[in-house]
Amino acid sequence: MDGFPILSVMLAVPALAAVACLFLSPSAARVTALAATLVDLALGILLWTGFDVGGAQWQFVEAGPRLGFFAWSLGIDGFALLLIMLSVFLMPICIGASWRAIEKRVPEYMAAFLLTEVLMIGTFAAQDLFLFYLFFEAGLIPMYLIIGIWGGVNRIYASYKFFLYTLLGSLLMLVAMLYMVQTTGSSYIPDLQAHDFPAHVQTWLWLAFFASFAVKMPMWPVHTWLPDAHVQAPTAGSVILAGVLLKLGGYGFLRFSLPMFPEASAQLTWLIFALSAIAVIYTSLVALVQADMKKLIAYSSVAHMAIVTIGLFAFNRQGIEGAMIMMLSHGLVSGALFLCVGVIYDRLHTREIARYGGLSINMPKYAVFFLFFTMASIGLPGTSGFVAEFLSLMGTYQVSTWTALLCTTGIILGAAYMLYLYARVAYGEIKSDEVRAMPDLSSRELWLLAPIAAVVLWMGVYPESFMAPMRNDVALLLQRIDRAAPASDSNPTPGNPAAAAASQREHGGEHGAAAAGHETTPGEAH
Amino acid sequence: MILAIVFLPLLAAAIAGLGNKALGVVPAKVVTTAALFASCALSWPIFIGFLNGSETAHVTPVLKWIVSGDMDAAWALRVDALTAVMLVVITSVSALVHLYSWGYMSEDPDQPRFFAYLSLFTFAMLMLVTADSLVQMFFGWEGVGLASYLLIGFWFRKPSAQAAAIKAFVVNRVGDLGFMLGIFGTFLVFGTVSIPAILAAAPNMAGSTIGFLWFRADTLTVLCLLLFVGAMGKSAQLGLHTWLPDAMEGPTPVSALIHAATMVTAGVFMVCRLSPMFELSPVALDVVRFVGAATCLFAATCGLVQTDIKRVIAYSTCSQLGYMFFAAGVGAYGAAMFHLFTHAFFKALLFLGAGSVIHAMHHEQDMRYYGALRREIPLTFWAMMMGTLAITGVGLPGLAGLPNMGFAGFHSKDAIIEAGWASGNPGVWFVGVLVALLTSFYSWRLMFLTFWGQPRWVNSEHIQHAAHDEHGHDHHESAHDAHHPDEAHGNPAQAEDGGHAPSTHEAGQQQLKVGTAGYHPHESPMPMLVPLAILSVGAVAAGFVFHGFFIEPEAGTRFWKGALAFREHLMHAMHEVPVPIKLSATIAMLLGLFTAWYAYIRQPQLPGIVAQQFRVLYRFLLHKWYFDELYHLLFVRPAFAIGRIFWHRGDEQTIDRFGPNGTAWLVQLGSRGAARLQSGYLYSYAFVMLIGLTVAVTWAIAG
Repeated sequence: MDGFPILSVMLAVPALAAVACLFLSPSAARVTALAATLVDLALGILLWTGFDVGGAQWQFVEAGPRLGFFAWSLGIDGFALLLIMLSVFLMPICIGASWRAIEKRVPEYMAAFLLTEVLMIGTFAAQDLFLFYLFFEAGLIPMYLIIGIWGGVNRIYASYKFFLYTLLGSLLMLVAMLYMVQTTGSSYIPDLQAHDFPAHVQTWLWLAFFASFAVKMPMWPVHTWLPDAHVQAPTAGSVILAGVLLKLGGYGFLRFSLPMFPEASAQLTWLIFALSAIAVIYTSLVALVQADMKKLIAYSSVAHMAIVTIGLFAFNRQGIEGAMIMMLSHGLVSGALFLCVGVIYDRLHTREIARYGGLSINMPKYAVFFLFFTMASIGLPGTSGFVAEFLSLMGTYQVSTWTALLCTTGIILGAAYMLYLYARVAYGEIKSDEVRAMPDLSSRELWLLAPIAAVVLWMGVYPESFMAPMRNDVALLLQRIDRAAPASDSNPTPGNPAAAAASQREHGGEHGAAAAGHETTPGEAH
Repeated sequence: MILAIVFLPLLAAAIAGLGNKALGVVPAKVVTTAALFASCALSWPIFIGFLNGSETAHVTPVLKWIVSGDMDAAWALRVDALTAVMLVVITSVSALVHLYSWGYMSEDPDQPRFFAYLSLFTFAMLMLVTADSLVQMFFGWEGVGLASYLLIGFWFRKPSAQAAAIKAFVVNRVGDLGFMLGIFGTFLVFGTVSIPAILAAAPNMAGSTIGFLWFRADTLTVLCLLLFVGAMGKSAQLGLHTWLPDAMEGPTPVSALIHAATMVTAGVFMVCRLSPMFELSPVALDVVRFVGAATCLFAATCGLVQTDIKRVIAYSTCSQLGYMFFAAGVGAYGAAMFHLFTHAFFKALLFLGAGSVIHAMHHEQDMRYYGALRREIPLTFWAMMMGTLAITGVGLPGLAGLPNMGFAGFHSKDAIIEAGWASGNPGVWFVGVLVALLTSFYSWRLMFLTFWGQPRWVNSEHIQHAAHDEHGHDHHESAHDAHHPDEAHGNPAQAEDGGHAPSTHEAGQQQLKVGTAGYHPHESPMPMLVPLAILSVGAVAAGFVFHGFFIEPEAGTRFWKGALAFREHLMHAMHEVPVPIKLSATIAMLLGLFTAWYAYIRQPQLPGIVAQQFRVLYRFLLHKWYFDELYHLLFVRPAFAIGRIFWHRGDEQTIDRFGPNGTAWLVQLGSRGAARLQSGYLYSYAFVMLIGLTVAVTWAIAG
């Protein structure tokens, strides 16, 4: 394996396939796209098995030639590895989901998807600041096209909103990057992560990056592009949008904001916490009243992403690991939920919840999968969602009990809107003949959902596989940011059992009998 | 061995659930039931081992789970005396309920799914009680919540079942919020989630304070109270109880297993498991005691006037759980666990008996339409009788040197009431005695309305259906109920619809026609009667046989061995309470019995008169103190209303208006002059991009 430029190959395969697709017939384009994404998945598995857990921070490093502004330097750490795995895992599923649903301009569609894959992997693997920026921003273009060309009725508005939001943030980030490269003289990300910017500069740089990442996340109040984009996007577009593109913001915070500007991050934690707590409650309540399935899941995504941001800015291991697992988990679960919507959209061509009902009767297999992913979204222990939510909130509690309390209400609201959705879709009597005529999952659809379910369960029961690769990286990150870690608002004082026992005794009257009966603490009294 | 006990039900659930229709009804039933009987057969030796002292506490590691720094929650199965008690309760009742369901569910087309859910529930419950860490306990906690949700909503075509299922899950989640925060806080303070490690470290934290939200308070009090919120949710304590009566939408075997014998006792189990920690916080114990006593009283008052047989038993469960909590709150954890143990048998018996009655009465659940069933279904009658004798606590108080002799509830409930007095809480003692009276009244009321008096079957639509329809029995329960969607929910509603006074329930009772409508109730089949018989034995003997192990002063060293905090002192004091106190519960029981007899046998028109006399109070109780209405007004409606406001006013009219739409408007305005080329959007973006880049580069170079 040594010397084999596996990351470059993972970029080249879909890139070449994308070009090839443009010259092929629709059916050949489908097969080519599927083959290319499967090859990338296989390469991804090689990458994972080849990754030395506990070894060097940056592995599979490729220092290529400098291409003017950009240096072709690639390399991954545990965080990048996991997110690349997420991307290559979801991509064949997206192609599969588009197999029948997309009928117009298939070659171009497949090319756009393959291009997205290239750009996603590139974003996670880039070690050069500008190379990262290139991939990061260019990732919007195929997505913009996917929504704008293959989207629903209102696709132009949605794609425009999507583009406008993300672009404005990106420009500020570019400015910050230019400044950083100019002052440090390096565009190599590991160098920049070790560079200490003065505190006041950090704040400005942090805010510039924040403008971009907050939109990508998306955080409240710059989230409104997401529901529209999801509603208009074709199913596979939604899957990749929720599954991978939403992870770019979190990855950005993890890769740039925290290690490069630790003081500013600590100083502005309040902002992240406040926006996230608002997001959890606000978007959960909005999700509750949605009549459109995709919109509902889109709003739930915003709430879940808020759990990522609070975890990241908790400045402790549980928070960061929880946030990372949440990114993976949400990528899988909301991706799967969008697939579930896609399955019934393909049959009835509506996303309106009220049109459905009673699907458990005629689509029992579908009902099982939908229920499973609903439960994973709610964070039922045993699924990936729980590990994510639990660790992230646990990390947050150590910093701010208020934020933890407000964000934990998400487990109640989340249960409410998801179960309400599920009941309306899957329970009750079948109301119309067209619903009654809907066939259960085809074997193609089964093969799209089953692998995701398996991984969600795996991540919920034995998350060690996913947490081990990043353990070292979290430690390094914590080493870097620990100096700025915000104080806890819990701050327990050391106990004083003797005094406590004495005061309890003096209390007399009410607790007298209880105190006298204390068999567990007789030692302290004498 | 413990691995087999816990994982056999999971395996069976997977086989039955995934095999489902392909596997067929009989294999699914056989696999799940066999797995449960195997688990049960393996559990009893463990329990007996703890009784005779040959077993010791041990932990069986299974697999790594969540490891994040110090946060190390592994999959592991802990077995000690406390777990052993729960093991036999869970596996025995579950095995019997599986068997019972062969008969009860025999007409249901969806049986594999039902049995899979039952077994899945059992697995989750076993994971809960064998947990060695708080996180695994939470896994089991949520797992039983899932199973409960699925089983309440088993007849998912019924809107009322869907609503009840969602309600159960969401209300439980409110409790789970507390539980989760409690785990977070515990980890923050102790740096671990392992229960033994926490309990060992807890005494050193006595007297410490911790910040929580805006205030600082005693650390252990904060932690215990947060965890207790979880217990309140799962065990349906006052405030978070509203889901339990609605949970009766589920099939009756489910009510017996989940909503009486096992899941709802998880909160009591949790408090007992963490009792060494609760012992260190007098404030937390005060709260546990108060909530327990309040629930105990509240639920008993609601139980007095309900007419749905299952709802009466549901409120009774809620009330008995209150007993268990106030036992824990006065420090008598052994007594709490003892009541949990005996209650599991007699309450499961009562529910399964009620199921048998419902089965016989063609799915009629309203007791007003029962009557005179004693001779029709004698075996069910005797089983219910044993259950009633047990729950009301019939027995001979051991005076003058004689040992206590009585049915199961007599031993456990009287112990709790005595502990209330002995711990110096006369208020709690008084509530205990009062509720004993109420318990006796509503339990006998149920018996008298169901089994004595004249048959009033002719008033029931279910019965009329059955009588007119030769093939009545082929009707599937859910399909049948679907004809009367209001019925399960709507008894109070019917009372309101009736409008004028006489049709208010009990008032209307004497006007109900007497008659059988030509219907002949059938005794239930063997698979249903055998569990009733076995549980009857438990209801009769569980108290007498086991009280020495649970609550006698020497039980702490002989049986519990540190599995829970045991106040030997208090157990001694219980034996020395004055004779009137000792007799109080029995006297209350007799009073309740007499009143019920007088009101429902001797003077059957009396309840109607009383109900009319105290109309306001009656309606207050009938509407369960208006909790549902209040919560609907306070939480459900505002949540939807605020959601709509956020969506329209927030997202659409504020953020979008001033955000992207506003920008677009500005861009178009700005580019209108320059862009004579085209008015397409794409050019606007290019324009914005260009300006942005120019600004950026200029600034970068200048900087």
